[in-house]
Amino acid sequence: MDKQKALSPGRLTARRFFRNRLAVTGLGLLAFMFLFSFVGGALSPYSQSQVFYREELRQKEVASAQQNLQYRFYAPQTVSPVLQAQFSRFLGKEENFTYQNTLYRIATLGKELYGLYQGDSLLCLAALDIITTDKNFLFVQAALTAYTNHRQDFLFQTEAYRFDGGDILGREGAVGHISRWLVSGAMPRDFQAAALSAIEAGQTEFTWDSRSFDLQPDTAQNLYSLQEETKTRVWDSYAAPSRTHLLGTDKNGMDVLTRLQYGGRVSLVIGFLVVLLSGLLGMLFGGISGYFGGFLDNLIMRLVDIFYCIPTTPLLIILGAALDGMRVDPKIRMVFLMLTLGFLGWPGIARLVRGQILSLREQEFMTATEACGIRVSRRIFRHLLPNVIPQLIVTCTMQLGSTILTEATLSFLGLGVKFPFASWGNIMNDVANVHVLTSYLFVWLPAGVCLVLSVLGFNFVGDGLRDAFDPRMKR
Amino acid sequence: MAKYICKRLGISAGILLVVVFLIYLLMRLLPGSYVENMAIQLSQVPGAKPYEEWVAQLNAQYGLDKGIVEGFFVQLMNMLRGNFGDSWKYAMPVTEKFSQVIGVSFVMGAVALALELVIATFLGIYAATRQYSPQDYLVTTGALLGISLPTFFFATLLKLVFSVKLGWFDLSGLVGRNFQSLSPWGQFWDMASHLVLPVLTLVVVSVGSLMRYVRTNMLEVLSADYIRTARAKGMPSSRVVFFHGFRNTLIPLVTILGSSLPGLFAGSLITETLFAIPGIGYTAYQAMIAGDIPFSMFYLTFLAVLTLLGNLLSDIAYSFVDPRVRLGGQYG
Repeated sequence: MDKQKALSPGRLTARRFFRNRLAVTGLGLLAFMFLFSFVGGALSPYSQSQVFYREELRQKEVASAQQNLQYRFYAPQTVSPVLQAQFSRFLGKEENFTYQNTLYRIATLGKELYGLYQGDSLLCLAALDIITTDKNFLFVQAALTAYTNHRQDFLFQTEAYRFDGGDILGREGAVGHISRWLVSGAMPRDFQAAALSAIEAGQTEFTWDSRSFDLQPDTAQNLYSLQEETKTRVWDSYAAPSRTHLLGTDKNGMDVLTRLQYGGRVSLVIGFLVVLLSGLLGMLFGGISGYFGGFLDNLIMRLVDIFYCIPTTPLLIILGAALDGMRVDPKIRMVFLMLTLGFLGWPGIARLVRGQILSLREQEFMTATEACGIRVSRRIFRHLLPNVIPQLIVTCTMQLGSTILTEATLSFLGLGVKFPFASWGNIMNDVANVHVLTSYLFVWLPAGVCLVLSVLGFNFVGDGLRDAFDPRMKR
Repeated sequence: MAKYICKRLGISAGILLVVVFLIYLLMRLLPGSYVENMAIQLSQVPGAKPYEEWVAQLNAQYGLDKGIVEGFFVQLMNMLRGNFGDSWKYAMPVTEKFSQVIGVSFVMGAVALALELVIATFLGIYAATRQYSPQDYLVTTGALLGISLPTFFFATLLKLVFSVKLGWFDLSGLVGRNFQSLSPWGQFWDMASHLVLPVLTLVVVSVGSLMRYVRTNMLEVLSADYIRTARAKGMPSSRVVFFHGFRNTLIPLVTILGSSLPGLFAGSLITETLFAIPGIGYTAYQAMIAGDIPFSMFYLTFLAVLTLLGNLLSDIAYSFVDPRVRLGGQYG
């Protein structure tokens, strides 16, 4: 009985690979990142550019009350403006003045209440207090006189009136308002009255129409700001991690976890497509170069030299800045980025494939295929390429990691994948704001960790594959 | 040998010519109204020349009024005379700006490279002599982790820990706020302390591949027959490793060193930008973002020259160090 089991080279390779702890760790990391990005993204209740809002209580100024510092004039008949100006010139200074050969007398009737008399008849009243009423001048005179002399009530035409806050109350209720304060703002009349009463009464808050308002005094400018607490809808920026948002929200009020998942899709898909493109191009050119040799080989290798010489990162930055200038749509940009990265990546692979083919071509088994008369296409695809594949897979796996890094770096600089699309790089972009760097770790740290884990996964797997494909390896 | 170097130089010059042409082509193919926009901006600076003069100057400078091929040769002749034009962003000759900022980049690169070499050689040999031990795993994992770290993420972590939490270093910049009031010695230390985090970033991010390289080479050397012979004749293990082994791992190291010497002048675009170190990388980044064509073109050309020089040096160094290498194999 033969107890030794015969294993195919493939099985041997797999066994070597799975015995490598680092490689298996890498495979686990990659599996996790794929599940996280593709399944997790599908399971997430939110979309990548869904904005969340929160209600914020804000003190909003609805009106302001200014203390009146300018004299107001009340007159039974129209007084000429010039006379009124003369009156205000001499207010509180002189008792009498002459104007146009007429003698006028100024009398102090109360605190900051002056009357202008010609002989015995009252021409005009000047007061800092503002009175609004439908009643006649005599009533105004009586009310102002009483008010400025700090009386609580007064008699007018056998009827008693009293002051209550800013209101003048008669038998049938309020007949007018009187106050030193001037309310401005698009609010109804009775709001102004309520505000004035509160100011006169020295309150710091008042209610009107079952809404409550705050009175914020500003003594420097002699005014009160009338503020109401209102609910405002704002972006729920930088919300701390909670049950609804496991990793909080970012600057734009979007769910960080969801954006991480969608960003993972972008990063991984871009990585795969780029490596696929450069792998195909590299295999094609490297294969042609290695198999046919001669002039074609020379041409392609010089082309590779030229591509090696072109500085990749600066080129991508310049292109990114130019695309920024042209305001290209973010979706088209993404395609463009992929094509550029893929096109810049092929020379390395071409060189590798060419070298492999050059050395394989000289080996006995290729001579044997030639001797057996196998046709050229079969020789290439059946016997030559399968021997190149292992090296290619290793290189491509490693390149996947570096491509993801390049894309992330560009997106971090704001020149790769652009908002509204998420990418691990552009999620981290926000750390340019020092406040985010220090206080909102939940916004940028997970993106960086995801990035490191994915790239590490690809590198572990690539390294493990390299060892596993090497038949000289002991284990 | 001389013939080989001449041949390589010739090929490099050819490649450079094509690369410069490609760079020129790229600049010409950028959005068409670019020069006009730039001229408008330039002419609006107080005391600047009028718009028409700027357009004329810019077009003449870059041969934009001519066809692409003819314009390229005008530009090429200018470049050969060392005339790279005036930078649009920095408003001074490109070469003058370059000479201002290259020093910092060189110092940063040189310190980082020296540290990388020391660390990589030490750890690489350490890991190779203990293959498959936990220490080897640790070094290998560390190397892969370093390779996998995005520069910007690592730099951000460093900033968070050392600048924000510990407050040891400034977040960015090359000099502190009180730089002018410091003594010369104090100024030196100020600049040095600002370079700690960038250099640390550079070293950690790029030491990994070098370390793996040393380890692989050391493993290869250690499995060679002459090492087995040395061990067989009873030589102490340390002497085997550090005398017979190490000297042979020096071959690839010297090659790498040769090829990275020109790279010292290239600066590090990303790291300098992240830490706002005014070296060639950050300066070029700002110029490229601002669409400063003369400076961008100069920078791209400069990098291409450095790459070619690196390849050349590495080939030559290889042939000097390792007598087994037959020159001209590839291009012969």
